[in-house]
Amino acid sequence: MRTIRIGSGAGYSGDRIEPAIELAEKGDIQYLVFECLGERTVALAQQARMKNPDGGFDPLLEERMRAVLPVCAAKGIKIVTNMGAANPEAAARKTAEIAKSLGLPSLKVAAIVGDDVLDACKAGDLPIMEFDGTIKQLGNRLLSANAYLGAEPMAQALAAGADVVITGRASDPALFLAPMIHAFGWAMDDWNLLGQGTVAGHLLECAGQITGGYFADPGYKDVADLARLGFPIGEVGEDGSLVVTKVARSGGAVTAQTCKEQLLYEVHDPTKYFQPDVVADFSQVRIEEIGPDRVRVSGGRGKKRTDTLKVSVGYVDSYIGEGQISYAGPGALARGRLALEIVRERLKLTNVAASELRFELVGVDSLHGPEVSARAGEPYEVRVRVAGRTENLREAIRIGNEVETLYTNGPAAGGGAWKSARDVVAVASVLLPRELAKPQIRFVGA
Amino acid sequence: MKLREIAHSRTGDKGNISNISVIAYDAKHYPLLLEQVTAVRVKAHFAGVVQGEVVRYELPNLSALNFVMDHALGGGVTRSLALDAHGKSLSSALLDLDIVLAPDGK
Repeated sequence: MRTIRIGSGAGYSGDRIEPAIELAEKGDIQYLVFECLGERTVALAQQARMKNPDGGFDPLLEERMRAVLPVCAAKGIKIVTNMGAANPEAAARKTAEIAKSLGLPSLKVAAIVGDDVLDACKAGDLPIMEFDGTIKQLGNRLLSANAYLGAEPMAQALAAGADVVITGRASDPALFLAPMIHAFGWAMDDWNLLGQGTVAGHLLECAGQITGGYFADPGYKDVADLARLGFPIGEVGEDGSLVVTKVARSGGAVTAQTCKEQLLYEVHDPTKYFQPDVVADFSQVRIEEIGPDRVRVSGGRGKKRTDTLKVSVGYVDSYIGEGQISYAGPGALARGRLALEIVRERLKLTNVAASELRFELVGVDSLHGPEVSARAGEPYEVRVRVAGRTENLREAIRIGNEVETLYTNGPAAGGGAWKSARDVVAVASVLLPRELAKPQIRFVGA
Repeated sequence: MKLREIAHSRTGDKGNISNISVIAYDAKHYPLLLEQVTAVRVKAHFAGVVQGEVVRYELPNLSALNFVMDHALGGGVTRSLALDAHGKSLSSALLDLDIVLAPDGK
């Protein structure tokens, strides 16, 4: 049976680069996938592109490409990535330019465009899934609308000879599914194969999260050599069979436990994992350790894909103002509580218009609030934090100010005050009829 | 005994919805999870955090449960006022749940 080896070179935009180089050099892989696009990142990238028409792609693209292109070109490893963010074509041009400067002028770079569906969304005035409202009601606060594209255009680009495929918004598992469809010629309506491929893609998409990163809990879940954490390799067979492994002697671990945590990561109903290519079913998946750092995953299935694509809509939601200050030594907690009360009262006295406010003591109750945190003992130091949501920047600034002025107007010995005010680019979802998104492949000459 | 002794866990987020996996280290403890880690208990454990419904999915093949908690992330990662806007720390908080072992240790 034919098998391909796919390496996962990044699990988010800011991820470490060394493990990707290690995969290219020592992983014996044919495909290297970089998943770099978070829920909100496209909206922020769209803002960057408005300021600079050649910008709006992943800030680490150049560094990553410079690091891996020479070895990938030498070994014929194909690269698939969503580092295009809001501007896949500019990202592809930049990549071609880098390839040329590295003495690789014949490298074929393809951009997948068409995930930007802002006009189609505006025309349809679609309802928003997260709250009562429609696209039109967002008015000029609407920044972007990007559809989650499936694997097909990426697979077609590979079939057309692309060495590097750069997308904007595509579903994360689809980045991995594309090489499988290309290598094995899977039919786009073979739901069970696409389902099993989606299981593989979902397991690999967060890179180090399946090799022991984000897993260690000393004494309960120990992971060796985390500092040198290696990234995963998926050995995928043409029947969709999967073994998850990693580069020999890299740090971390691939175990049944790391695979199970990743399988359920960000999953709701495990029988219906909605993807642009398939509705995957994880409920019958079996996970077994078959050797050191070798885990076999089987039993993924799938059902017919839906007629709609999920679209992330970016919009300016509100503003957040925040202030922090610390208290230490005997009575720190009491002084911290007094500080919160003072700020609470002053925000009322000065009529700061906030629709939502949080008053908390970091190190005491900031993560899960006073009820869950009630068991905690008294700390040596506390950090006061006040955060609020406002309609405009001016009001947001006033929240941090009321914390900072505790310096000379609050309890004894407050130190390390800090404040900020920022706009919030939030993301909501709509469902767009599939035929309204028209992905296209654009090759960029080096 | 704490849930932490027999299970591990990770949190994921989508919008304002948090999901928490609870995975038995040993398949023999899965019935215990089924019996004692109920949606009702999880909702009570996160009083003050989770504002919406808690739904439990069962994955016997993996000896795992998956809890999907609505309105759990202060509006979601993109607009939350919380320090842990993703709710990543919720999994550790859930492992603090008390579990009662049967007298035969199962």
